[in-house]
Amino acid sequence: MTSTTRRFSPWARLTRAQRENLNGQLLTAPTLLVILAIVIVPFLAVIVFAFADLRLVDIPYMSLGTIDWTLDNIRDAMGSQAFWGALGTTIAYATLTTLGAIACGLVTALAIRRPFRGRGVIRALLLVPYVLPVIAAATIWRTLLNPQYGLINAFGLEFLGWDRPIGFLNTTTYDVFGIGIPLTLLTVVAFEVWKTTPLTFLFITARLQSIPGDIEEAAALDGASNRKILTQIIAPQLRAVVLLLILLRFIWSFQSFNDIYLLTGGAGGTQVMAVKVYTELITRADIGSAASYGLLMSVILAVLLAFYVLLTRRKEAL
Amino acid sequence: MSKAMRAPLPERILRVVVIVVALVLAVGPVLYGVVLSIRPFSAVLNAPLDLFPSPSEWDFSSFGTALADEADGGFGLGRFIRNSLLLALGTVVASLLVSVLGAYAAARLRYKGRGVVNGIILSVYLLPGIVLAVPLFVMLSRVGLTGNLVGLLIVYVSTTVPVAIYMVRNYFIALPESVEEAAIIDGCSLPVMLWRVVLPIAAPGVAATAIYVFMIAWNEYLFALLFLVQKRELWTAPLGLSQLTEISVPVTVLLAGSIIVTVPVVVLFFIFQRFLVSGLTTGAEK
Repeated sequence: MTSTTRRFSPWARLTRAQRENLNGQLLTAPTLLVILAIVIVPFLAVIVFAFADLRLVDIPYMSLGTIDWTLDNIRDAMGSQAFWGALGTTIAYATLTTLGAIACGLVTALAIRRPFRGRGVIRALLLVPYVLPVIAAATIWRTLLNPQYGLINAFGLEFLGWDRPIGFLNTTTYDVFGIGIPLTLLTVVAFEVWKTTPLTFLFITARLQSIPGDIEEAAALDGASNRKILTQIIAPQLRAVVLLLILLRFIWSFQSFNDIYLLTGGAGGTQVMAVKVYTELITRADIGSAASYGLLMSVILAVLLAFYVLLTRRKEAL
Repeated sequence: MSKAMRAPLPERILRVVVIVVALVLAVGPVLYGVVLSIRPFSAVLNAPLDLFPSPSEWDFSSFGTALADEADGGFGLGRFIRNSLLLALGTVVASLLVSVLGAYAAARLRYKGRGVVNGIILSVYLLPGIVLAVPLFVMLSRVGLTGNLVGLLIVYVSTTVPVAIYMVRNYFIALPESVEEAAIIDGCSLPVMLWRVVLPIAAPGVAATAIYVFMIAWNEYLFALLFLVQKRELWTAPLGLSQLTEISVPVTVLLAGSIIVTVPVVVLFFIFQRFLVSGLTTGAEK
């Protein structure tokens, strides 16, 4: 490679800007190649499959020329109760986990804001749920919530006067004083909040640490109360990072598969879109239907994102 | 910190309470898993509330049972871990090779199509993995790459490249540009300069990225499930553990397996914590 830089080589005759241009394109070529093969082509394939009558058994014989084009997949999906149910569950799940994780992260970050002895260690320990492999986290939670030997049920039966163990992972609605609550959905939400709070905590802590201390000190000297300092000085500084976290958390939890599938397998009213795509593909062996669920899911996510961007832009303009 | 900043007593108490509760919630479940993994299964069934078993009751046999090969009466986790390790290390090497180049271009070079490339990388980052899983499963089965680790490796590389580029780029931007310019003026070519000048200075950041990529590959479940579920020989650790959940394996063995899978990532994370945290949250400060 070094030979190209020797004098009199064609490379040496290029101007600096030309060289930089070429270098930039060469260096990004591998990235683009990988993304093209594993992301862009497959995404185009999703669009094709969504309009194709295709099942898993057809894979060995399929080719672009022999596809039976059809609108049935999309029509069936949008006409089915299961689709709208999954969409509602997904939106509820994504919204609750986003807000929950941000609220918990915010409270923890504020509590740990001032320096004290052992803060570094505590901060590191608070990150454990995020670092834990999801399979380990799910196994531990399944054990905790197990009706026979789980800690939570054992505790409830012994000390809280429960009549019988509660099936946290397979109860679609649980009656509390005559009001039905979606128990298992709330359980998977709690799991996701637990698992992702460290990330929101980290982002908010990073932002808090970059607020110069003297602003606060000046406000305190001027007689501002702690509450005033929090609402008038800290809160506005956190706005941008909270908006970013809302966006990122919502996108990620909207497509969450592992956490829910490993905890419940989609039982107990936790059939979110991602789990639905999986069952259409593997259990029902229907590629066309799975692809149409996936495509609709991406479109809905894109629409929600566009809506969010518009909304936050407009607020900024005011 | 001046006296004027000292918070009133109720607020300090509240703060301590929040920290204690957060700590218990964050670490408690993991400790629970550790405790159960060293108790005999029958003891867990009989006394689920006993969280402090006496040392005489400790029983580490679950770890051996989980790790041992099926032929030796175990559950084969040792082999699953070897598969995961191969896959994760391969992903780290390939993904970093690709993303160090891309990240340098993104951090320093002005070239035609730069905006488009950055846009594509961002959109890849946001695209739902489950949506890509459908065509990838179909296409890779068509060319016979499901049921082996190579197909999975390719998918892992492409899913980790965007986040790796983002992280490495942040570390590169923080480096002083003058060193690179001096090297170029001294006659270094770009690849030599990257290898001899940039990488050594950015080593901690690149190492942190490597660990993050390793963690993603080590923890990945969906694609392993889709591609490898038929091939027990090739199961990764997360896939193996989840499949064992389906058959009736004692929960103490599952928890022992979970702890074994957890230890490497937690240790790596804490060694490199400082660099990882700064790499993940750069940009959040503004």
